[in-house]
Amino acid sequence: MTARAIANNVLSHALLLVAVAFALYPVLWVVALAFSGDSVPTARAIPVPTAPTMDHLREVVLTTRADADGASTWLFGQQLANSLLVSIATALVGVGVAIPVAYALARFEFVGKSGGMATLLATQMFPAVASAVPLFIMLEAMGLLNTRTGLILCYASTSVPFAIFQLRGAFETIPVDLEEAAMVDGASRFEAFVRVVLPVAKPAIAVTFLFAFMTAYNEFILAATLLSDESMFTLPVVLQRFIGEYDAQWEAFAAGALVVSIPVMALFYLLQKHMVAGLGAGGVKG
Amino acid sequence: MNGAIAWCRAAALACVVIAITLATSLAHATSPPVPDATTPLRVWHAYRGAEQVALDALLQDFGQELNVLAIPYDAFGSKLAAAIPLGEGPDLFIDSHERLGDFIHRGLVAPMPAALIDSGAYVHSTLDAVTLPDAVGTPRAWAVPLSMKSLALYVNTDLLSDVPTHLEDFHDLKETLPDGVFPVAWEANSAYTHAALLSAYGGALLTEDGGFGMHGPAATRSLQLVLKLLDAKVLPDDADGALVTDLFRSGKAAAVISGPWLAGDLPASLRYEVHRLPAIYDAEDHTGKSPAFMRPLLTVESLMMSPRGADHPHVAALIRHLTSAEAGRRRASDARALSARIDAAPAPTDSFLRAFQDQAAVATPMPAVRAMRAVWEPASRAIRKALRRDAQPARALEQALQRFRDVRRPPPPPRDPTILLTILGASSLLGALLLFHRARQPELRARLRASLPAYRYVIHGVILVGLLVIGPILVGAATALFAGQPHQMYYVGFANFIDILTARSGPLLSSGSFYVVLLVTVAWTAANVILHLAIGVTLALVLSRPLLKLKSVYRVLLIVPWSVPSYVTALAWKGMFHRQFGAVTGIIQSVNDVFGTEIEPIAWFATFSTSFAANLTTNVWLGFPFMMVVTLGALTAVPKDVLEAAEVDGATPLQRLWHVTLPMIKPTMIPATVLGSIWTFNMFNVVFLVSGGEPDGTTDILISEAYRWAFTREARYGYAAAYAVLIFIILAAASTAGARWIDRSKERA
Repeated sequence: MTARAIANNVLSHALLLVAVAFALYPVLWVVALAFSGDSVPTARAIPVPTAPTMDHLREVVLTTRADADGASTWLFGQQLANSLLVSIATALVGVGVAIPVAYALARFEFVGKSGGMATLLATQMFPAVASAVPLFIMLEAMGLLNTRTGLILCYASTSVPFAIFQLRGAFETIPVDLEEAAMVDGASRFEAFVRVVLPVAKPAIAVTFLFAFMTAYNEFILAATLLSDESMFTLPVVLQRFIGEYDAQWEAFAAGALVVSIPVMALFYLLQKHMVAGLGAGGVKG
Repeated sequence: MNGAIAWCRAAALACVVIAITLATSLAHATSPPVPDATTPLRVWHAYRGAEQVALDALLQDFGQELNVLAIPYDAFGSKLAAAIPLGEGPDLFIDSHERLGDFIHRGLVAPMPAALIDSGAYVHSTLDAVTLPDAVGTPRAWAVPLSMKSLALYVNTDLLSDVPTHLEDFHDLKETLPDGVFPVAWEANSAYTHAALLSAYGGALLTEDGGFGMHGPAATRSLQLVLKLLDAKVLPDDADGALVTDLFRSGKAAAVISGPWLAGDLPASLRYEVHRLPAIYDAEDHTGKSPAFMRPLLTVESLMMSPRGADHPHVAALIRHLTSAEAGRRRASDARALSARIDAAPAPTDSFLRAFQDQAAVATPMPAVRAMRAVWEPASRAIRKALRRDAQPARALEQALQRFRDVRRPPPPPRDPTILLTILGASSLLGALLLFHRARQPELRARLRASLPAYRYVIHGVILVGLLVIGPILVGAATALFAGQPHQMYYVGFANFIDILTARSGPLLSSGSFYVVLLVTVAWTAANVILHLAIGVTLALVLSRPLLKLKSVYRVLLIVPWSVPSYVTALAWKGMFHRQFGAVTGIIQSVNDVFGTEIEPIAWFATFSTSFAANLTTNVWLGFPFMMVVTLGALTAVPKDVLEAAEVDGATPLQRLWHVTLPMIKPTMIPATVLGSIWTFNMFNVVFLVSGGEPDGTTDILISEAYRWAFTREARYGYAAAYAVLIFIILAAASTAGARWIDRSKERA
């Protein structure tokens, strides 16, 4: 390594360390709060829990519900499963619906394309404050109130447009030569799309999936409004219950927030392998 | 022109959706589900902890299957408002009496049959609190009182042996208490708490005739007293509920003004007593001779019945069960709730509940009329402004009065929709004709045929987006032309828009006017997007350096801000910016200690620039991981051999970045940036949670204004929808201009 490469490396690490410190500092306060037995208000620079305890974590994770037959359900586990189910379904619907649409927008010329794109972008500009009530009435008409399907459809209404935008951009960066080569070899357009383009677009699809997952996973207002059955609640709704009218159990709330963020971190960790294994030097040639 | 066709098609689809929706809701309206004895009664509440346990135990003893749901308090009101009109709501629900006025107006509650209220058994003021006029003006009871809550004085008996009887006495305690201990603490910024002081001076937040009470001599003097106590450090600055709790819990406040909910947060080791609120020397009672006592607001938690519940055969039995004296006693012993029933009064030995009972006897029931909803925001803003010393109390309160009148303005009168309908009908006819004409042109037909393969890829997406996104948006946009409550809206033409665009006939550039807020919103969006892009792209570029070690560790750590629910972290940031106890102040103190400097702690939310900076920091922190991840994804699509070729050709790293990498990631980055800008423009969470518009609403952006009109002011959905439409028009215009600019720069290149 040359001296310059080493200097560059040191610089990179320094920059990243500063960024990591900025990224983690507030979260460390949340961690400190989650494990604090009692919080003494003093202005401190270093986030450490006071009177460390695991009680809040235990309280959040071990929530159960006594059933009529005397047995008890592990409510937290059920609600975690709901959260994962709803978020993964939202991401799958979002990405699944968006992939062919985005591909068509990136590759085909057709009547209504520019108008469609403009409309799609326009939908993102209209604040949800005014469209939430009509959406709600429509779900009621379809009999989807108080169902996870209804909630997934609500979330899909934000994840689909986003996924279309994101993936269209990604498909446009993929060289057309790839499909053309496959089509010369006898593949149909659709086969070329599925066998050649999709594998190359995997990193972008992974990012889009992650994003769609996140919109659903952290949302609570719609979930609380739509669902009327405790066993269907998603975790953010459960967490929100630690905030009362006059007071809030911040420590338990923080503990819950940490537990909630673990699956996201895990998912990101899993997906990031796909994200880096994208188009390497050999991609275009092969 | 293609755009026009797409718009027409989308509009047609939306019309179908609306038609289906209307048809089905009409079908519902004609045949409401009739509850019978076999349907379990539905009970909703927002209780937590001991109160929830006590209620659950009571409900268990009812002996019938019940459908009980505990809902987060933050979502309770909106859930009731959304579910009850659709027949999906609870039969019985528990809420504070002060919401009754609004609930009656929206048809969410049914009157309580007189037979279910044993009027002799209740504390008189609680019955008054739940009695309100119905639609024709006859007073009726709308709920059964369950329990009473009010503020009182908690005293740490280890720190104070004598309980001061007058608020000013706390001033003298300053010397006797250990260093760093406040003699007394309360949420000085909150109008709810301040109402107790105001009442000592003979004032009330809402006057008898429904006018704004937080102005005039009584309000001014009450604020001057608080200012005096703050100046003397008798009372902590900017205390919110959590801080008051923490101060008392850790022995850093000798006394606090708080409600019964505080007891649950106190450790068993803390020795304290509860007393009624002190008197104020400065204030005179009605005799004009002796000092008047502070009288807190009284909240009556009540059992309410929805119109649907009124038809259920077992509802009366459950109401009797939940409101019996026995139930009151059990909730008192298990959940420390002060029953509204005289025959469930606390035992003489129960000094805690006794103290709250004494306090409740002299407390003022919170007004339940709708006008009260419009009081909180202007009153709280004026209090904060005066306590920050941004304005003389009298001046701040005068502004609050203006703001209250602004919100309480009568809604616009109904207009005749014929003109609009004629224009709409004519233009859609014209559009249809045009479409028909174009469709007959052979070239278009050929192009349509050529488009068929593409349509196979997009048709499902068009249907889904049309149904779930465009339909609700069109209906939402249409409500901008209406006023009144949902389900009773009437057409008002463009009155909402005219109102907003003329700043409600006030000066066009006054604080809170559409134009000023727009300016703030634009600055907010630009600052955020620039920082998001700069930080996100830089980090992604560094992370994609081939020789870098620990890449995956950095990558995971850097998305942490994105992975923790933003509700929590936004509040964590708000806490970090607290002037006395925030981490930022902690850092400043450490810097001072180490370097011997004397930097003063900053009151972040006291001036526009620092408050804006606090919001900006929080949102940049929340948003940069997204840009970083998008950039990382885009960078993987940059072929290495192109970069290598550029390197072989002798391009410097900066040239490679500028001429190879950035142009190659542009197709992914442009949509992400456009969407990012749109989202930031409409980013309501951070502004609402971190600065809350402070100081004085100046950091509010358009979307938070729209939210306030829809939810915290008068539930004016039409007005909020008009804001939404204006936001849409601005964004659409801006992005069209942006797209033109990008096209032009492409042509130049």
